Amino acid sequence: MKPVNFDYYRPDTVDEALDLLAEHGEDARVIAGGQSLMALLNLRLAAPRALIDIAHLAELSYCRDSATHMVIGAAVTQAQLLAQPGLADAVPLLAQALPHVGHFQTRNRGTVCGSLAHGDPSSELPLCLATLEGAVVLRSKRGERVLKASDFQTGLLATAREPDELVVAARYPLKRPGAGYAFAEVARRHGDFAIVSLAAVAENGTLRLGVGGVADRPAARTWQVAPGEAPDDQLGDALNEFAWALGGEDDIHASARYRRDIVRKLGRTVLEEAATCAS
Amino acid sequence: MANPDASTEAPAAPRSERSPEPSPERSYVGRAMEREEDLRLLRGRGRFADDIGAPPRTVHAAILRSPHAHATIEAIETDEARKRPGVHAVITGEDIKAISDPFLVVLRAPLHQWSLAVDKVRYVGEPVAVVLADDRYLAEDALDAIVVSYSELPVVVDLEAAAEDGAPLVHEAAGTNLVSERDFTYGDPETAFAEADHRFSLTTRFPRHSYMPIECFVVVAQYHEEDGSYDVLSNFQGPYSTHPVMSRSLRVPGARLRLRTPRDSGGSFGIKQAVFPHIVLMSLAARIVGRPVKWIEDRYEHLLAANSCPGRVTTIEAAVQADGKITALKYDQLEDYGAYLRAPMPGPLYRMQGAMTGAYDIANLAVTNKMVMTNMMPAGLVRGFGGPQLYLALERMTHRIAEELGMDHLDVIRKNLIPAGVFPYKAAAGSLLDSGDYPKAIEIATGEGRLEDLRRRREEARAAGKLYGIGFAAAVEPGMSNMGYISNLLTAEERERAGHKNGAVSLAMVNVDPLGTVSVTADTMPQGQGHETTLAQIVADQLGLTPQDIAVNLEHDTQKDQWSIAAGNYSCRFSPGTAVATHQAAVQVREKLATIAAKNLNVLPEDLDFAGGRIFARGNPDNSVAFGRAAGVTHWAPAELPEGLKAGLRETASWTPPELEAPTPGDQINTSLTYGFMFDMCGVEVDPVTAQVRIDRYVTIHDSGTLLNPLIAKGQYLGSFAQGVGTALHEEYVYGEDGSFQTGTFADYIVPTVNEVPEPEILHMESPSPFTPLGAKGLGEGNCMTTPVCIANAVADALGVKDVQIPLTPKRLHALMAEAPEIAPPARPESAAAPTPAVAGGRGVSGTGSLEIAAPPQKVWEALLDPEVLRAVIPGCHELEATAENQYRAQVTLGVGPVRGRFDARVSLADLEPPSAATLSGGIAGPLGQASGGGRVRLSAAGEGTRIDYDYTVDVSGKAAAVGARMMKSAADIVIAQFFRRLGGKLGGGPATAGAPTESLWRRLLRALGIGR
Repeated sequence: MKPVNFDYYRPDTVDEALDLLAEHGEDARVIAGGQSLMALLNLRLAAPRALIDIAHLAELSYCRDSATHMVIGAAVTQAQLLAQPGLADAVPLLAQALPHVGHFQTRNRGTVCGSLAHGDPSSELPLCLATLEGAVVLRSKRGERVLKASDFQTGLLATAREPDELVVAARYPLKRPGAGYAFAEVARRHGDFAIVSLAAVAENGTLRLGVGGVADRPAARTWQVAPGEAPDDQLGDALNEFAWALGGEDDIHASARYRRDIVRKLGRTVLEEAATCAS
Repeated sequence: MANPDASTEAPAAPRSERSPEPSPERSYVGRAMEREEDLRLLRGRGRFADDIGAPPRTVHAAILRSPHAHATIEAIETDEARKRPGVHAVITGEDIKAISDPFLVVLRAPLHQWSLAVDKVRYVGEPVAVVLADDRYLAEDALDAIVVSYSELPVVVDLEAAAEDGAPLVHEAAGTNLVSERDFTYGDPETAFAEADHRFSLTTRFPRHSYMPIECFVVVAQYHEEDGSYDVLSNFQGPYSTHPVMSRSLRVPGARLRLRTPRDSGGSFGIKQAVFPHIVLMSLAARIVGRPVKWIEDRYEHLLAANSCPGRVTTIEAAVQADGKITALKYDQLEDYGAYLRAPMPGPLYRMQGAMTGAYDIANLAVTNKMVMTNMMPAGLVRGFGGPQLYLALERMTHRIAEELGMDHLDVIRKNLIPAGVFPYKAAAGSLLDSGDYPKAIEIATGEGRLEDLRRRREEARAAGKLYGIGFAAAVEPGMSNMGYISNLLTAEERERAGHKNGAVSLAMVNVDPLGTVSVTADTMPQGQGHETTLAQIVADQLGLTPQDIAVNLEHDTQKDQWSIAAGNYSCRFSPGTAVATHQAAVQVREKLATIAAKNLNVLPEDLDFAGGRIFARGNPDNSVAFGRAAGVTHWAPAELPEGLKAGLRETASWTPPELEAPTPGDQINTSLTYGFMFDMCGVEVDPVTAQVRIDRYVTIHDSGTLLNPLIAKGQYLGSFAQGVGTALHEEYVYGEDGSFQTGTFADYIVPTVNEVPEPEILHMESPSPFTPLGAKGLGEGNCMTTPVCIANAVADALGVKDVQIPLTPKRLHALMAEAPEIAPPARPESAAAPTPAVAGGRGVSGTGSLEIAAPPQKVWEALLDPEVLRAVIPGCHELEATAENQYRAQVTLGVGPVRGRFDARVSLADLEPPSAATLSGGIAGPLGQASGGGRVRLSAAGEGTRIDYDYTVDVSGKAAAVGARMMKSAADIVIAQFFRRLGGKLGGGPATAGAPTESLWRRLLRALGIGR
């Protein structure tokens, strides 16, 4: 469990980091907290020739609200975000989901954007981004672009990031008035990779459910709820549809059927919880 | 303490008349003293094996391990690896075979194992080659350059299948995988079964698992050419019966294998015994390379190949009277030892033999013990060592009897318990249960409203619609094994010929220097059990000093320290063994000092007391001499010693209890010296949605005889409970049917953390053992034996099911709980294929896919058979050569996201039906592991173009399977889909016109209906 040789770069500015990315491209990986990447390096599952460390970049160490979003810089750790004053009011789903992200110790190093860039299908932060319909800000020497969550993650450990691009920030939509949010997760132990994670938003006659850990990336669906209508039967059918459409697989921790049952049953629970929180 | 009076009760038949006891008010034994070791451990000043500096010129080892569960080694190419920078040597099985012998095994069967694979590999993770380099990084770099050609053989991992005729043979020379079968009969079980009102039978399956030390294996080995000796530092834990196994393999006399163990160990739980093949391997490596060699096992290696408990399938039958009284038991035990039978296997199958009736008074017993070899990592010591396997069967059976007879489980337990007042009690198979009052212990545990509370909680939970169950388990816990138990593997006649084995020797030494400072060494290798503290307490009591006055040094050196084959830290032998020897050595020092002081003080030695650093006349404390002064006489003035006393003050004591006799001709065997009693009860709730188990209440009572240090005892109970929870709910080594290992990281091998382990209520009672001078019994394994079955009983009660399988994972419980049939997928069209069937049991992954290409079938067909096209479309292909018609060899780089590796690939096309179908098969192999598989490709016209449908099945083994089980299906989908998409791109001049590559027809339809992603 010793990594293959690599060159380590510690740029002082984002521009320097972008220069390095332009130079090394596919041969480089960006490292921030290293909570996923270091394990891959040590197991020699990944062997990039260069590591570009951005964890210390003050330019990326910010967390600020725009009119519609909380913008989280790429150097912000999960622990820093969790400690952000007013998080539960600003982005309630993040406040609920973050305690499930690894452990106290890993959150001290792991970054929010690093989790998005890694693209593990079981990760909570990409699920929240997909469910809230947030976005990722990418920058390269060629310029900056903003990708919707659904356009950013393209599959298992895969994103639309070009080799010369740096994820510089994540944009999580702020709580909208009257909306309710809920999060639940099933894992073998607290802090483990989710077998199934669920994030729900209830707002304005719509219910939105995001599911992680089942498909090769987070998946979310939105349903209209007609006012005054008992949603019970339709919701059951819709959840069943969604559960099957996700195409979960058997693995050593859960069967495909288990995953579908969780989506059907716990999906309803989180949607109801979100609806209850919605005013 | 639920029963504070118990500790002051006199032993039933004290042997303590041999020991002058200090008066209780200044006794340290029995006090809950904090551990002396903690000061250094908590400050980061522990001195572990890796902290001890390696000698100059040390090179570092990395081990190449087999990705296959069973294969012939055709060739090993090491030239490229030898040329890598910093590499000093590359060693293979042929090299070590020339200078070492296979390890001794207990059976006379040709189950040869060297420290590296020779000719064949028999499990995933088996060491195949060693690289020695300037550092571990360079060594691992060179590993990637070794190319091994394997020829795969049929694999057997299921132990029942392995035992059948016609199963693939793990060792052909043995002619069978079922390498031993022995029947034992005690009393008259046949008559008891014939006359019983009821006969019940059930089968339990104990999984393969381990307990995880924080510190992995460490070996620093040197070879001294001048005298042909080996000198090894390793965190080995014993038993030292393993030492002759190592020295014989190294072809040296025992004294030429110096084995040293460090002061601190980062945990073992039995596992550190299994470092021994690596001690031999690194010793040989040091000899070959002519330099010291250091090897630190990493966590991946540890999970993959260090050690596992054997798996066991037990069929237990009980003959039962109408009132619940059990009159006979029958066990059929099939135990799996993996690819090699490593000393001291088959310990777990025989360690409990004398006590197969547990805590129950059952006169008739039949036992069949069967040993089977499989293509999994060799089994070894794991805390509990046969106890958890036994009690899973026995206590599931008492639970079953209660259910069948409509009785309360607790009543069945009580009905069958060995009654009070009959100790020492000779159990049917030979165990001499030393002391106890089992009914009273249960009374204490269930008393003070605890049982009522548990029942009330169940009632309330069930009334609220919850799944709540109560479990019980009773057991005896063996302490200090009889070294003769394993000889029951042989028939009585064979034992006669081989010579008797029995006993358990413990050795310890107490030294007093010229200034009266006391130091202690002993034959134990503590792994965090606070032995230094406890031995200091024991010696301090005898010599009238404080524990802080005693320097205990438990580093061990086989060339300098006392040891015997029983030495080590295992089988709960500390309290009944090493502690006693140390006590006796202290008594010998005391007696010698008393003789010296008696002469000075003009009193009889037996009238002297030791306290406060002085030796004094009991009736006249002023008539005294300082401890150091009396001790000094032995060094400064030997001529003044009383007649018969030798100079110097260094006493070594040897202790072996007479109760540990060899097996009788009728195979009765007292397998251990002490037998503690445990009773557990718990309440659990199973989540109806997630199928996860929450332990609501857990109560455990232990009677471990006299507690030498109740605080340390509590630590042992808590630790064994946490691991028992792991066994019950989480921990399992998972193998695919192809022998691939699937739990190679802590993401997949689930060890419970503080979040998953509630604090149990621990109760005590103390029935001192009459067979140990201190009255103490072994207590280190306790809840590893009872907690798994107690929780299993509770879960069975909660779900109302007959059979449950540990670990009780959400996946297993969900399968028991799920209502059948599942809600069907919506709007399922008649013609649609079922969703991609998920593959059960971890035999590889399979999938289907389809896409359309803008080229006619004939053109696609030709492309598939064209090497130039293949070279262009095989993902990551660097080079491709045709090896025969429609057979190719290629170098490819494959990956998913940041994960990427280089592989040697072989591809072939067969069963050609031009231009509509072909079977594509092949394999890849590289440092990340290997995969093989195949599938059918079908072409059909679709408008102007071609529709391609494919299915595939892939078996993945090696590192990728071990650490990436969670993602294997998606990864295989991606790589295979890449091939067809590139084919489409090549032929159509643009991207293929299909949707997501992994989609089945069914999923495509869902999408078309707007309900898919």
